[in-house]
Amino acid sequence: MYIVIVGAGNVGYHLAKAVLSKGHEVLLIDRDAATLERIEDELGSIGLNGDGCEANVLEEAGTARADLFVAVTDQDADNLVACQIAKHRFKVPRTVARMSDLKNEPLFKKLGVDVTVSSTILILQYIETQTSKPRLLTRLAVLRGSEREMVDVRIPPTAAVVGKKIRDISLPQNSLIILLIRQDERIQLPTSTTTLEAGDRVVVVGDRSSEEGLHQALTGS
Amino acid sequence: MKVLIMGCSRVGAHLASLLETDGHEVTVLDVDPSGFGKLSHTFRGNALLGDGTDEDSLRRAGIEQMDAFVALTEADNTNIMAAQIAKSVFNVAKVVCRVYDPTREELYRELGLDTVCPTALIAASVKKRL
Repeated sequence: MYIVIVGAGNVGYHLAKAVLSKGHEVLLIDRDAATLERIEDELGSIGLNGDGCEANVLEEAGTARADLFVAVTDQDADNLVACQIAKHRFKVPRTVARMSDLKNEPLFKKLGVDVTVSSTILILQYIETQTSKPRLLTRLAVLRGSEREMVDVRIPPTAAVVGKKIRDISLPQNSLIILLIRQDERIQLPTSTTTLEAGDRVVVVGDRSSEEGLHQALTGS
Repeated sequence: MKVLIMGCSRVGAHLASLLETDGHEVTVLDVDPSGFGKLSHTFRGNALLGDGTDEDSLRRAGIEQMDAFVALTEADNTNIMAAQIAKSVFNVAKVVCRVYDPTREELYRELGLDTVCPTALIAASVKKRL
């Protein structure tokens, strides 16, 4: 794969090094010649000195034949513009922008950046998983081309459905329990007369929009 | 008309004066307060500190009530990003954006931004006098 990377800071350098070792062709663009020289001493001639937001620099970089374009400078605006030029002028199929201000995510998506990456968001998500109650519902898959998903739900001992038969449980519309895994890991095909027990796990197919309702119906006390 | 000008450069300050003379209500936004010294001493509008590529700063500057937004910082990419936010997030009716790099200007014009390229304007104007 041919990958063009704009920004030879820490992220750009380590990324270039990693994708090179995986056998990809890489070009690293940066405005600072000295930085590029240091990197080229180590990694070979993979650098191009110039502004990654200028069309003629991207032209020289052979951006038109790039499979992937990655902008990882520390300026959100520069990453956005570089990706837009790669996308619209050079028709690069996939563009990736690094983003510091997490508010920019919907904007970047709307303006044509295919993928946004933000360490702020990653760390924030980690903090949220550490501080919120463990979720009993895990999404297993989003069914291709539809608004349906498959989820795994753990039935806590406090749930109102414990001891009830499946036919007596009211689930959101279009939801179907397709598999039951007992606490001792036995797998059962549920029927309308199967009784749910504490510690059971059920696999459910349902509408993505009613995920919260499903969570409440199966785990609520 | 209510106009928000991002970037209190010489052009920004001068535009603010022109618009006020014509009776428009002008707000100027800049990350650096030193630019506000360029405003005319008769300037009656608001001069606010803030980053025009930040949605919260734009909201505080009242972008939701603006009829027009003008991006005039010295940095092309900052102007381009701010103008796209004004247009696609806040639906400001009239958005104008300064872009020094002629090829970048051409691309964003094709993408639907209302752009002004001083480089091209000055070159054309000088050429005409030669």
